Amino acid sequence: MSWLVTLPLLVPFATAVALALIPRSHRGAGALAVGGAALLLAAAALLLAAVLQGGPVVARIGSWPAPFGITLVADTLSAVMVLVTGVMGLAVAVYATGEVGPERTRFGFFALYHVLLGGVVGAFVTGDLFNLYVWFEVLLIAAFGLLVLGGERAQVDGAVKYAALNLVSTVLLLLSVGLVYGLTGTLNLADLHLRLAAHPEPATVSAVAALLLVALGIKAAVFPVFFWLPASYHTPPVAVTAIFSALLTKVAVYAMLRLFTLLFTQEPGFTHGIILVTGLLTMVVGVLGAAAQNEVRRILSVHIVSQIGYMLAGLALLTPLALAGAILYLVHNIVVKALLFLLAGLMRAFGGSFELKDLGGLWRRHPGLAVLFLIAAFSLAGLPPSSGFWGKLALIRAGIEAEALALVVAAAVTSVLTLFSMTKIWSEAFWKEQPAGASGPISPPPGRLGALRGPALALTALVLLLGLLPGPFLAVADRAARELLDPGAYAAAVLGPERVAGAAP
Amino acid sequence: MTVLLAALCGLLTAASVYLMLSRNLLRFLFGLILVGSAVNLAILTVGGLGPSTPPFVPEGSTAPTGPVANPLPQALILTAIVISFGLVSFGLGLALKAWRTLGTVDVDAMRAAEAEEAEPPSVEAPPEPARPRRPERPAA
Repeated sequence: MSWLVTLPLLVPFATAVALALIPRSHRGAGALAVGGAALLLAAAALLLAAVLQGGPVVARIGSWPAPFGITLVADTLSAVMVLVTGVMGLAVAVYATGEVGPERTRFGFFALYHVLLGGVVGAFVTGDLFNLYVWFEVLLIAAFGLLVLGGERAQVDGAVKYAALNLVSTVLLLLSVGLVYGLTGTLNLADLHLRLAAHPEPATVSAVAALLLVALGIKAAVFPVFFWLPASYHTPPVAVTAIFSALLTKVAVYAMLRLFTLLFTQEPGFTHGIILVTGLLTMVVGVLGAAAQNEVRRILSVHIVSQIGYMLAGLALLTPLALAGAILYLVHNIVVKALLFLLAGLMRAFGGSFELKDLGGLWRRHPGLAVLFLIAAFSLAGLPPSSGFWGKLALIRAGIEAEALALVVAAAVTSVLTLFSMTKIWSEAFWKEQPAGASGPISPPPGRLGALRGPALALTALVLLLGLLPGPFLAVADRAARELLDPGAYAAAVLGPERVAGAAP
Repeated sequence: MTVLLAALCGLLTAASVYLMLSRNLLRFLFGLILVGSAVNLAILTVGGLGPSTPPFVPEGSTAPTGPVANPLPQALILTAIVISFGLVSFGLGLALKAWRTLGTVDVDAMRAAEAEEAEPPSVEAPPEPARPRRPERPAA
């Protein structure tokens, strides 16, 4: 069974090696990358099926027993995140074969892409705090490469800001991991759960937790420390922005969901209070920042910030409903955000620009694209019965139950303002007449258009499915939330039930 | 010794924060190298400065005899050094690339990715002369 959790790690790295060694042609590299992503999706589906059937899957690397060696653990949340990574990895890989030119392929675009996917999967399945830091570095270095590949002026500028601020957060992450080790003498997450729960100085633990929160907060792009994101996300090719927006900030959100339910629950009034306040501010500031933008990719990028806030707010409440809502919203947001970026790519292919002032008349000329955009935009704003609605509904209900009125108000206001931004794109790019002097469509070579359209259609179908048939997804999110709130079961799966029973007072 | 190392960490961090507040990208990177060293020292210190005997297991037994140094913080630091080496190398490469394409290493003057309206004319990157003169290498 334990091979199931290593498989989604092995596939992307094997693909990356194969991509670096084998293909001589652009088409060959694209085909190999898509094939590898499809294998990853299959491996992730196997893993989720196994987890849903038999509980957490644990692999001990090198067969070292749990607190000493590095453990890979997949519970429901991890398996769901790996599956979503597989879905997005495949969709964006197909899109990239249509968008990315032979020049970027020659410098290893697809190999870096698969290293990025491998790093993301590694962060989702690791059961070791230091190992989590290492996976963050793996995906970060791949992200640097993808961001700067091509070397256009805007890309270099964006990459400088992205790299600088992410390197600072890396240093803080490493320091907090070191301090946690100093407090407990262990790095295994399950072992840390037991030792931190019994730690004699909860105030010291909370101080380290706050430092960790800052480090992960920079990576997740939350309110006072999100400025690297709007400075860089609109600069690389659309495929890169789509996979970044789908996965990178979400890895940090996943890490917060994991660490602040498993490790740092000693003083929830302090740590989760900080998370709640930053979450609310992130929502509101992000959506206001997006309203001020006039370029499609920038509007969407700044919205990423706003939506991170919802997930943090769900984590802050620490109730099953709130966590289930946060997980559902996380999955929905990954899909719909990447979809919107892919649609932005199509808008540029048909309309010739990302700037709202140069776009126009797309509704008349490309009604199909307009319908896809409407579905995705409604879903992002959370109108019923779209996929965003259910996550927000759960979050707002959990907020009312927990009497967190500020959360309820902020979530509702943010939804309305999100709708405003989406309406702005709609009325400018689709409804108004095409401005005189606008450049015509930048059509990709004829054979490639299918590669751009296919993933957008598939992801739209997924968004509709999430919205119209939420039952199974809600059930899985609920299960994942309950597992998060019962860290004893996680520890027992990793360390064995005897160890956990022995540590209980 | 612990106090001394803690003070050294503080000193390194203070110096690195000063460097990182600079608008010059290279100074920022130097600050990053310094703060990386401070963090590595901190990990060594919080891991416990025990005896310096190497943790070898004598032949025939399964555990070291007598008190030995804790090898784990050193393993962590080694990993962190390798990673930060890679990241800093990338950062230096990026700074060079920024100098060549944008003509500046002043991060305030880098506005190529900003919205057109927000770009005041005074911070336009200087034109060609700022580029270093360097013979083109033949493509490998």
